Amino acid sequence: MAFVVPKETFSGKVFEVEIGTGPKAVKIGGENTLPFLSFEGALPNKPVVACEVQDVPPEDWPETLREAYKDVSSDPVGWARHCQDAMGAQAVALRLISTHPDRQNRTPEEAAKTVSDVLAAIDVPLVILGSNHAEKDAQVLKAACEAAKGRNCLIGKAQEANYKTIVATAMAAGHKIIAMSDLDVNLSKQLNILITQMGFEKDRIVTDPMSSALGYGIEYTYSVMERIRGACLMQNDATMSPPLINDIGMYVWKVKETIAPESDLPDWGPVAERAIGWETTTAMGLLMAGSDMLIMRHPKAIATVRMMIDDLA
Amino acid sequence: MALSGVEIFKHLPKTNCKKCGFPTCLAFAMKLAAKQASLDLCPDASEEAKAFLGAASEPPIRAITIGAGEKALKVGEETVLFRHEKKFINPCGFALLIKDTDADIEARAKSVAASEIERVGQKLRVELVAVQNESGDPGKFADAVKKVTENAPNAGIILISTDTAALESALGGLAGKKPLIYAATAENADKMVAIAKAAGASLVVKADGLDALSGLTEKIAAAGFKDMVLDPGARKSKDMVEQYTQIRRAAVKKSLKPLGYPVISFAVDKDPYVELSLAAVGIAKYASIIVVSDISRWKTLAMMALRQNVYTDPQVPMQVGQNVYKVGDAKAESPLMITTNFSLTYFIVLGEVENSKVPAWLAVMETEGLSVLTSWAAGKFTAAKIAQYIQESGVEKNVSHKELIIPGYVAVLSGALEEKLPGWKITVGPREANALPAFLKNKSAAA
Repeated sequence: MAFVVPKETFSGKVFEVEIGTGPKAVKIGGENTLPFLSFEGALPNKPVVACEVQDVPPEDWPETLREAYKDVSSDPVGWARHCQDAMGAQAVALRLISTHPDRQNRTPEEAAKTVSDVLAAIDVPLVILGSNHAEKDAQVLKAACEAAKGRNCLIGKAQEANYKTIVATAMAAGHKIIAMSDLDVNLSKQLNILITQMGFEKDRIVTDPMSSALGYGIEYTYSVMERIRGACLMQNDATMSPPLINDIGMYVWKVKETIAPESDLPDWGPVAERAIGWETTTAMGLLMAGSDMLIMRHPKAIATVRMMIDDLA
Repeated sequence: MALSGVEIFKHLPKTNCKKCGFPTCLAFAMKLAAKQASLDLCPDASEEAKAFLGAASEPPIRAITIGAGEKALKVGEETVLFRHEKKFINPCGFALLIKDTDADIEARAKSVAASEIERVGQKLRVELVAVQNESGDPGKFADAVKKVTENAPNAGIILISTDTAALESALGGLAGKKPLIYAATAENADKMVAIAKAAGASLVVKADGLDALSGLTEKIAAAGFKDMVLDPGARKSKDMVEQYTQIRRAAVKKSLKPLGYPVISFAVDKDPYVELSLAAVGIAKYASIIVVSDISRWKTLAMMALRQNVYTDPQVPMQVGQNVYKVGDAKAESPLMITTNFSLTYFIVLGEVENSKVPAWLAVMETEGLSVLTSWAAGKFTAAKIAQYIQESGVEKNVSHKELIIPGYVAVLSGALEEKLPGWKITVGPREANALPAFLKNKSAAA
């Protein structure tokens, strides 16, 4: 029996979405087969890794992570520049965490100023993230969209509770949006339908299935992603065809495995390697499930994952 | 691909004698197709029918066992490409690569024996040791294998050598231990198969390209040996994804028997983070044995977690035992909280309570592994059930107060709970676990 390479051809294709402007703009998505199977399809764009910075010094980050940015994280502009220049980041993700009502509760105007300042300092694409307080994010991201007009940013996250304001401003200001729903294929589809019904084009959306850390629910994210990607490719379902993004840093860097010192748990080995390994493995697992973009934190994890992406794509 | 009733019918006597208990041979064939009956029920089934059905009911990927006894590792038997279709059946095994020229063979073997950890109620470990005949010396090889079996008695053994003398020397000490031998190629297949057969071992088959590999396994199977494991040669991540996907597709979608065997993956790199990443690729993409050069504990923790996650049954959520857990140095006056026994819920809530540094009692109630909201919606996390659990658990003995903190998402239950738990005060906690540290600190400050 001669072996015939079992190639599959799919009727669907992931939308290609461009973020940023100028020579450093990046494109994600566009693939017409399952992750990295270039023997049977086209993979026009490699998954992109965005480096996360925050608009206030990250006092709540674990020691291992704070250490990596200790000289730059006191100021988001310097921090963003460090990611671009010293780390060679493909994109920066600015999380406006200070706007959360339980944190500094900064205003949309203050957030907009930070956005402008960061945009003035970098030329790689910018992902702008709210604090994940749905109500506040609607106002914060509205202001951020306006401040970032013309720079084709990726704005997140639009959720069922707050998408209307965010979509409207993103549309007016020419940005792309991250649409996030709670680990459910049907909810994701539904949100995309609601967003496109507002007139927002379907190929300007990036889907966040809601990520989870390794050991803390990653398999749920993993399978939701595989099912979304399957529906895109096999059923040519346009509502499932946006590229997939995984915002993993925020989930990984609060689990015990990235925090507990070896003295507490000698069986777990040294915390720095363990934590970096935890973020790296989370990213690798989700790349296997179809991630087109990752928002990550630790420089070493980012470097390893980018090397692996170069090998895979 | 399963056989249809019509296909099976062609191989039955077609006498409609009813001895099987079904009215016609076609009806019986339909039952066989649905795996609701066994061919044993037909006293007149021909040898040909038995062989045909036997072959068709084998799993698409052969089961291979390495090692013997309670800790033997079984791999293979997989049937799907995506875990959401059906759970992956046999978690892959991890192997530490030891060269017979290594200075510290005993220590390395000991680290395999000591690799076990517990996570979400499961014991996870590095199951195998791959011993490589780097020296070319049969005596040194046998010696290395002996050191490994003495210091890691529960580890299955992979013998990496193609030298007859070295293999026979090493196999001498492995009688009845079902090792895996690496590897047969087109040049030495006859010799290697003979050695494997004599030793009761399974055999890795290696070739360049899947065409050559399937031709070789076919030849070996035709000669009567089927306990094979495949090495398609991938050592970089891209080749791993492509080759292992092609093999899995060929086996489960095309029923291509020559590739219906488990895959061994060498995830070896000087950079431990790259090695970890290569292992992750293999875990997700269909490898059954993953060989690494280093099992530092921080690394195996991540590998074992990913393996556990990928191989979890998607239909059956993981659960922890119903119990009142003491977090930190909880005393009688420490707060008492209740949550559900979905393992993810438990771990996250427990983690946040620990982060708060406030000692507390965490009552975990059996809800069939459903989360707070899901179990509430399903009627398994109700005021009546919570009250019954609190009363029957005897938790009153642990605490000097009668205040129960309930998850914020079921705040609506507080009134009914106070009725069903007379004398108890119900306090509504935060909705999100990550608000627990602030909540518990405020509480202990106010106390």
